[in-house]
Amino acid sequence: MSNDPGKPTFTPVIAGSAIASGDPAGLPVTRKNVAHRGGDVNPSAGALKEAFGAAVRRVDVVWGETTVYVDMARAHDVIQWLHDDASQRYDYLSDVTAVEFRDLEQPIEVVWHLRSLPYRRFIRIKAQIERGQKLEAPSVWDIYRGADWLERECYDMFGLRFVGHPDLRRLLMWEQYKEGYPLRKDFPARGRFSRSEQLRQALAANPEARYSKEELSIADAFEDLPDDMKRRLGTGERVGE
Amino acid sequence: MATTKRTVEVELSTTGVDAQGRPQRVPLAVDESGNVLTLAAPAQIEPELEGEHMLINIGPQHPATHGVLRLVLELDGETVVRCIPHIGYLHCGFEKMGEYRQYNQIIPYTDREDYLNSPGNNVAFALGAEMLFGIEITERCKVLRVMLCEMSRIISHLVWLGTTCIDIGAYTPFLWAFQQREKIYELFEAWIGARLTTTFTRVGGMGADIPDGWLEGLTAFTHNFPKVVDEIDRIITRNGIWVGRTVGLGVMSPEEAVNYGLSGPMVRASGVAFDVRRDFPYLDYETYDFDVPVGTNGDVYDRFLIRMEELRQSTRILEQTIKRLPDGPVNVNDHRVVLPPKSKATSDMESMIHHFKQVMEGPRPPIGECYVAVESPKGEKGYYMVSDGSPKPVRWRIRPPSFVNLSAIPRMVEGHLLSDVIAINASIDIVMGEIDR
Repeated sequence: MSNDPGKPTFTPVIAGSAIASGDPAGLPVTRKNVAHRGGDVNPSAGALKEAFGAAVRRVDVVWGETTVYVDMARAHDVIQWLHDDASQRYDYLSDVTAVEFRDLEQPIEVVWHLRSLPYRRFIRIKAQIERGQKLEAPSVWDIYRGADWLERECYDMFGLRFVGHPDLRRLLMWEQYKEGYPLRKDFPARGRFSRSEQLRQALAANPEARYSKEELSIADAFEDLPDDMKRRLGTGERVGE
Repeated sequence: MATTKRTVEVELSTTGVDAQGRPQRVPLAVDESGNVLTLAAPAQIEPELEGEHMLINIGPQHPATHGVLRLVLELDGETVVRCIPHIGYLHCGFEKMGEYRQYNQIIPYTDREDYLNSPGNNVAFALGAEMLFGIEITERCKVLRVMLCEMSRIISHLVWLGTTCIDIGAYTPFLWAFQQREKIYELFEAWIGARLTTTFTRVGGMGADIPDGWLEGLTAFTHNFPKVVDEIDRIITRNGIWVGRTVGLGVMSPEEAVNYGLSGPMVRASGVAFDVRRDFPYLDYETYDFDVPVGTNGDVYDRFLIRMEELRQSTRILEQTIKRLPDGPVNVNDHRVVLPPKSKATSDMESMIHHFKQVMEGPRPPIGECYVAVESPKGEKGYYMVSDGSPKPVRWRIRPPSFVNLSAIPRMVEGHLLSDVIAINASIDIVMGEIDR
């Protein structure tokens, strides 16, 4: 790997060498009769409090899953520490997403789901963005390469900018999509524009005819194209009608 | 790029056995009298290519991209320098629509994301919703759900096997695989009524119990299926062409595989024994006896071996479910979440009220959130649900395994040949319905 994100020596769980796997009593079992609130706290939450102090705002246990609320400014450090520390080793990023509540007074939450494969632990890290604040969160792409598309999707759906992501573009919607961010609560389920306008824009987008400037630079083809083709490709206009 | 050296003993063009019963090895070309022909390649003039890179666009309408995936490739000659994937052609906004539906009404959407694993998705969603409602399902329901999960794992792997064989140029295993897949679909049809989009679980139970005599059909399947797996094993595992087209391609080291968030057969092929069924168990999977196959090289060939072994392990789990299936009710006895039987709803006042309340308003989970992950055939499939106490979720997030697996394709194809892109892409086992949602 070019810039190795796993700085400390890292051994993946190889069959037969996982911690606690040799001992049948230590093997995980299906969770049963999980309480709504309370229950066993993930030991990593206590370790986080010790390491980060006031940056860890709250620890919740809901349905047996530990949620740690952290300051947005320290979120990257927290995740980096969880990844690097030898007693934590949260080496697997399950998911990055955001939650906006129907109650518009509630802050928007950015959620990271992390797994520690060697210790078989699961933790949810949350950072909140108060209303009126910039929709920004630190990117964890430099820690987990798997965050690439997860963050791009979150940006695409919520308009949440991940600072530090190398290539934050729309992923599921096309690049010229103008209606906004579909998973925001102020976005109506049927879209902002009328059906006919949506159809017109979707047909006009013609994403297959559109190559980004970056892609065209691959072949040095862009400069060789006729002027009108350059203009059409640049705007993503539908060709051949 | 990691270099891999591995030796796979292959059988070359075995057309039959000789008088002693040993396999006959016949060279690829002989003349009428049986002499080996040496084929000289015709002289070709190398075209002037210089160092200019070329842009190639694969998809979105291309059979080898398994759906509407578009890959823009930068080529140096035939070698891939860079790959830029484009997705989203099948985006339907399932997560948005889920915010306007009651929990039971979301289950049909889960069929349509990873449509090769519909029952498995139904089970995953129901498990998540039950966690959110705080429901403990019955023992019989648990075993029936394990049955559904493993049957759909077999289907999904068979489709993967068949289509990948076609991508790489083998046609026969495709027919064998689809024949067996049809047998499972017949079992689904007899139990569920539907084949592809099953919508079979409910929050707190299942749509129906298995019909009388259905287990005999499943027993027959588990009896016959391993023979077919062995046969497919015999025809391709040591086949020279198959080995030549899969070994050493798309190698991911264990550290990389974990860092890129790969899951399922993809991460296990790299040597990381991460299986949600084992490490974060659900549905009492820890009480079943099965092995988690782990690869050594992390190439396309290893991913194939892992999936072949998982077919056998799933059959083993199915055999155990048949043996242990307990009697008892399938649905929990709580008519605030599970619909009362139709006959009672039309004759009994209280049942009618429950029926009305559930259909018109929907059951309300307490305020809370949960992330429930299962081992789908593609990897870790997670549903993250947030409830604000209303009958509809505030947020319903799908963690699609093949989405994360596919995001590593630029890393996997760089440095390989254009024709290998097809094999590597096939090895990821993508379903675009799940990736775009």
